[in-house]
Amino acid sequence: MMRKSWWKVLGAVMVCSSVVAGFMGPVPVLPILNETIRNIYFHVPMWFTMITLYLISVIFSVKYLNSGERNHDIMAVEAVNVGILFCFLGLLTGMQWANITWGDPWPNDPQLNGSAIATLMYLAYLVLRNALEEEQKRAKISAVYNIFAFPIMIVLIYILPKLTDSLHPGSGGNSTFSDIDMDNNIRPVFYIAVIGWILTGIWIFTLRYRLRLVENNRNKLD
Amino acid sequence: MSFFQQVKTLMSKDVLLEWRSKHAINSILLYIVSTVFVCYQAFKSVDTLVWNALFWIILLFASINAISRSFVQESQYRQLYYYSIASAKAIILSKIIYNILLMSFLSVIAYLVYSVIFKNPVGDPLLYFTAILLGSVSFATVFTMVSGISSKTGNNSTIMAILSFPVIIPLLIVLIKLSQNALQGLERSTSYGEIGVLLAINVITITISLLLFPYLWRD
Repeated sequence: MMRKSWWKVLGAVMVCSSVVAGFMGPVPVLPILNETIRNIYFHVPMWFTMITLYLISVIFSVKYLNSGERNHDIMAVEAVNVGILFCFLGLLTGMQWANITWGDPWPNDPQLNGSAIATLMYLAYLVLRNALEEEQKRAKISAVYNIFAFPIMIVLIYILPKLTDSLHPGSGGNSTFSDIDMDNNIRPVFYIAVIGWILTGIWIFTLRYRLRLVENNRNKLD
Repeated sequence: MSFFQQVKTLMSKDVLLEWRSKHAINSILLYIVSTVFVCYQAFKSVDTLVWNALFWIILLFASINAISRSFVQESQYRQLYYYSIASAKAIILSKIIYNILLMSFLSVIAYLVYSVIFKNPVGDPLLYFTAILLGSVSFATVFTMVSGISSKTGNNSTIMAILSFPVIIPLLIVLIKLSQNALQGLERSTSYGEIGVLLAINVITITISLLLFPYLWRD
């Protein structure tokens, strides 16, 4: 049992320790940011987890188109479901942070708008699935849309904010994390938080996937 | 028939069908003119920022209307016939090229009508024209594939809007920025980045459409 689920334990331990270290640990004293810099342990990992889950979803959509296996389709949609959850968490933590540091929960920022639009894209994916009755057709067409939308989402979240002025680090002449802001006390906790949240996200995704399998088995007529 | 011959024949078929009925062109032209006129009545005079945004919004809705029909105007049986005699890649490529032609024509007309009714404040007309052409190419490549997807679902128009808006917004952001540069008559070298991004996104969308469409049409 331990051999199979070591990564779940690792994820849980990493998240817990990053929460404890995140609230208790030493942080640099910076103007404007002050103590809110601790939010970096919670806000940023949400986005990394979201991107990882969307990536998983695209991979399984590609696999579905190649194999036509129903399980791959279920994996793709469950990854999107959990990804949307993390996207909302990222938006919430971000809005809280923005309210304190930038004075507005929704400043006109390309990264912010980009991630909101990316959410619309994946909500549209779910609406598209609801619009299609027939199971195989639904799986195939939504897989096509998922793959079609993914590169444009990458452009939206990663490339466009770099081109324009953004309040976020790493764009429009702002320094990136690694240059100045990321002090050596923050770095280890931040990486632990990122890996921990990604593992937790994948765990939630596998749980939902297995739940769906159980439901499908129950509904099967035999 | 070779691949390019197939594309050419299918495209000329589309053009011929359109030429005989003139249904799409006329209705979209009327749509554009009346929307421009409604906007004129509502705004009377606008500053350059609104001028630009309004133009792209009119073009966006016109192109959605024009392209959403590209897979539903012919009956399913006839489409099945096309799929049996031509490759799926040739079909999607011919649709994309046809829609690029259609959209370029429509957006040039829209631009003329728009600048006649509203005063035209463009500082660098050549760059603005490039932006319009790039815009119609982008609309055509993205919406053709999305209309292929939405034609597979029953209720076409809502799904088409829901699916295409999030995908087109990044392109629209770049387009509005590029055309704003042209409006203000900025140095051309400042806009090369935007043109590059637009071209790159278009190449990506066409490649993905070519790869994915063969999976889409088979029912």
